[in-house]
Amino acid sequence: MADSAHPGKSTAGPETTGHEWDGIAEYNNPLPRWWLYGLYATIVWAFGYWIAYPAWPLVSGYTGGVLGYSQRETVLSEVEAVRRERGARGQTHLASASVAEIRADPALLRLALATGKAAFGDNCAGCHGSSATGRTGYPNLQDDDWLWGGTAEEIERTIRYGARSGHGEAHVGDMPAFGRDGVLARAEVEAVTSYVLALSGRPGIAGASPEKGAEVFAGNCAGCHGERAKGNPEMGAPDLTDPIWLYGSSPEQVAATVTNGRKGVMPAWEGRLDQATIKSLAIYVHGLGGGK
Amino acid sequence: MSLAEPNDTLAAAPIPAAPGRKKFGATVTRAAIPAVNGSLYAARTKIQPQAVRGTFRTVKWALLALTLGIYYLVPFIRWNRGLGEPSQAVLLDLDRGRFYFFSIELWPQDVTYVMGLLILAAFALFLMNAVAGRVWCGYLCPQTVWTDLFMAVERVIEGDRRARLKLDAAPWSVEKVVLRSLKHTIWLMIAWWTGGAWVLYFADAPTLVIELATFQASPAAYLAILTLTATTYTLAGHMREQVCTYMCPWPRIQGALTDEHSLNILYRSDRGEPRTPVKRATALRAAGRPAGDCVDCFACVAACPAGIDIRDGLQMDCIQCGLCADACDTVMGKLGRPGGLIGYDTEANCRSRARGKPPVSRVLRPRTVLYGVLVAGVGGGMLYGLATRSFTGLSVIHDRNPLFVTLSDGSVRNGYTVRLINKRPEERRFSLSVDGLADARVEVVGGTPGDMPVPSDSTQEFRVLVFAPAGTRPEASVPLSFRIADPTTGETARAQDTFKAP
Ligand code: SF4
Ligand code: SF4
Repeated sequence: MADSAHPGKSTAGPETTGHEWDGIAEYNNPLPRWWLYGLYATIVWAFGYWIAYPAWPLVSGYTGGVLGYSQRETVLSEVEAVRRERGARGQTHLASASVAEIRADPALLRLALATGKAAFGDNCAGCHGSSATGRTGYPNLQDDDWLWGGTAEEIERTIRYGARSGHGEAHVGDMPAFGRDGVLARAEVEAVTSYVLALSGRPGIAGASPEKGAEVFAGNCAGCHGERAKGNPEMGAPDLTDPIWLYGSSPEQVAATVTNGRKGVMPAWEGRLDQATIKSLAIYVHGLGGGK
Repeated sequence: MSLAEPNDTLAAAPIPAAPGRKKFGATVTRAAIPAVNGSLYAARTKIQPQAVRGTFRTVKWALLALTLGIYYLVPFIRWNRGLGEPSQAVLLDLDRGRFYFFSIELWPQDVTYVMGLLILAAFALFLMNAVAGRVWCGYLCPQTVWTDLFMAVERVIEGDRRARLKLDAAPWSVEKVVLRSLKHTIWLMIAWWTGGAWVLYFADAPTLVIELATFQASPAAYLAILTLTATTYTLAGHMREQVCTYMCPWPRIQGALTDEHSLNILYRSDRGEPRTPVKRATALRAAGRPAGDCVDCFACVAACPAGIDIRDGLQMDCIQCGLCADACDTVMGKLGRPGGLIGYDTEANCRSRARGKPPVSRVLRPRTVLYGVLVAGVGGGMLYGLATRSFTGLSVIHDRNPLFVTLSDGSVRNGYTVRLINKRPEERRFSLSVDGLADARVEVVGGTPGDMPVPSDSTQEFRVLVFAPAGTRPEASVPLSFRIADPTTGETARAQDTFKAP
């Protein structure tokens, strides 16, 4: 290292830390001091933060911090604010307009579909499933088979008052326990089972004659289900000619229905849900695709 | 005194000399190593660069005016996009998720262009670097530009290097207080304007200026301005070259991007060494002995805003601004010697000249060609993408549950969520058709397939039902093709999905 090449440098060569291993010395390239101060500042900041904000977990709970800040409450109040704002914009319209009026207005329709979707998950999915596909005894709302009528208005009425719910306006209909009450003999039950299954092209009970069943049907069932078994929404009597069976389509399941009757209950939602929500639900369910 | 000689002050230190070290012929002995005589944490040495005149300084002034001019004025350029659309040429509308850049309007899903721009910027930086070193750092980097501006202010108020050094050393007086306060006030004003100009990119500039002045702008705007004021003031006023040396990652990867053929501002040691005072040089030359051109005047060191001596070779701290070259050229001019003792040159040239060979200049090298191809490729790809960008879009999602519904008459229905995208600034009505399934019937909840309105510059979601009539027994999965068309403009968009059946 020629001195003349580095006149500005210390003649002793670069400063080292004094550490040396096997002849290799370590240069002292000091860290900028502001950097160190930056570290101190963050440490001070940390202490301040612990005091001001929730920070330390305790056995049950945590240190709350003197500012009383809570992210959870912030979120809750934001959600509340959005609710209120939405309510001001759309919910009042939804509450006052009729189902038909809502469906005619694209903006309201969109709002109702969104509201209905959320409300369905909260209130209806428990029985009808999160995708409204139902299960045995709980109608599939995606298809076009409706016990109590499938227009938007009819669906609204069913949601509002329910079926066999005890509400004064509720749908009522009775599938008697033909076998248990002794109205029909076992052979007649089997015959009529074979008959109705044959209506939708399904195999019946071996040895039971559908012809005999037709007679039994005409005498006992046609009053509600109709001469041609097409069902009657007034009484919630299902169409027996389509391939959709609420309580199952095996001969045993149908025979059990004829023997013991069925009394599925749909609760009345009036009083539990507000007007806007009920209408939104009706429009959403109708819009699933099976609505008439 | 060389390292081999023992250091007097340290020779007395009780450090035992380790035996065996000398067998490497090492010139370094324990006694020669100065022990720790400084703190592990060093205070910054304040740098007071000397003003220079010259080519590089002129280029830097011009670029400073150009870049700051662009930054401060662009938000005020107007652009007519039609009624109800923003009339600002460059606007980042975060609320609506739109980015307007003159005639280009980007949507959130066009974020690929932003990625493309970043990739392009990286490749362009690589290319620049391979060809001409850190030109970005020296002339265009915002840190450099604002620091330069702040230094200019400082120079106007406190005087040039000597005056400032004197002022630094002087005890506090009325004059010092006045000068310092004036400087910091102007710095803060520039910093404030820097922050102010920033927020103008995010809202209609003339409106926002009035709102800001009447204290009606959103708190977020004031907060952004405050933050940028603070950072500009700190980084350009106080941190300066420390940002480049300690905070910026760029200098750290320079070594990998530069090679011996890259142009850099460098000291032509082949011409400068050995350094000789003027008079001796004349004498030496008269005697026919070699004498370097460098007169060891330190003008280059005094001018350097990074506070380094370029004659030590290429250094991490050097931002390649060329001010040392201007300083040296002035000196050379006074001495009647040719300029360019410090200037743009390559290591390879220096070496080859030192060996008495002609300089070798190689701009076309594998790495420059590769970077050039990459820049052209990415840039071309983005231009092509922009030119062929569609203003119509369609996305389809099949219902996940149920996959299909059998209806009472035996027909099968599938449900889809269909999103229509209209990037044009007017409402458009699309017609939807579905191909792939014979005799399929299509329904739109709350609308008709023939007429699906989508408001200007937005998207609209529809629930679409596709029915396979009873009696047709579709396969378990049939590919479907959704197609929307704008009957007015003839634009179309397609999306693929499937029809599921039992
Ligand atoms: S050494 Fe020269 S080019 Fe490098 S930063 Fe200093 S003045 Fe600029
Ligand atoms: S300004 Fe030029 S002559 Fe003066 S010290 Fe620097 S390189 Fe040497």
